[in-house]
Amino acid sequence: MPIPNTITRTLDLAHPQEKVWGALSTLEGLTSWFGSKAEGEVAPGHDVLMRWEQFDGEQTLAIKVVDPMSVFAYCWGINGAPEGDPRRTYVEFALEPTASGTRLTVTESGFAQLPDERLEASYQGNTEGWRAELGELVAYLDAA
Amino acid sequence: MPPDPEEVSAGVFAALADTNRRAILASLAEHGASTATDLSGRLAMTRQGVAKHLALLADAGLVTSDAGTGRRVLYRHRSEPIKVAQSYLAALAADWDGALDRLSAFLADPPR
Repeated sequence: MPIPNTITRTLDLAHPQEKVWGALSTLEGLTSWFGSKAEGEVAPGHDVLMRWEQFDGEQTLAIKVVDPMSVFAYCWGINGAPEGDPRRTYVEFALEPTASGTRLTVTESGFAQLPDERLEASYQGNTEGWRAELGELVAYLDAA
Repeated sequence: MPPDPEEVSAGVFAALADTNRRAILASLAEHGASTATDLSGRLAMTRQGVAKHLALLADAGLVTSDAGTGRRVLYRHRSEPIKVAQSYLAALAADWDGALDRLSAFLADPPR
């Protein structure tokens, strides 16, 4: 079995889109179900530093897309990778209305990146080498 | 051709499945480049046993060797394959089910 590059979950929620959107796109919302503390600005190009007290861990969410009521997306580091590892996965929350509320699709992609390829690409100051590998993920990543 | 992440990970997990090979890698990580004799002394394994495991670790890309001074061959551990395997573990460790359960619970009953 290959490394799963993408993890997807779909959730049908009996709540209006506004309410789900609020839980995803505000610091207050994010800390109520996701992390225990969050600092920063939930806006494209900004970082949100999230803390998880129970694991004594933190992650920087590099916010990529804040498309009100429909898409919230960010990039963050590979869990367990050493500090300085350039690999990032792309996490996207997509909302769509349903008859009974909201369908939420969560996608995290980029697990199957090779660290050396990515490293090499960033040293060379271009991302061509892994662009083909990662497809849509790359469109959202900053140029190295 | 770039290495296949699945192949690299399979090699890492097979190599790490053996206690002695884990001990050798751990010792190289802890002490840095070492000879087979150093490892044999530190780990209370025969030199032949160490050599056999080093060959397997080298096949998996987890160990490289270079000639030191004189006839001493130095082995050092190589972290790249581990980093590939880490992606695998990260995919398996991602806990979206837990996070989304908490999201559902929060939406159903937000604290006042």
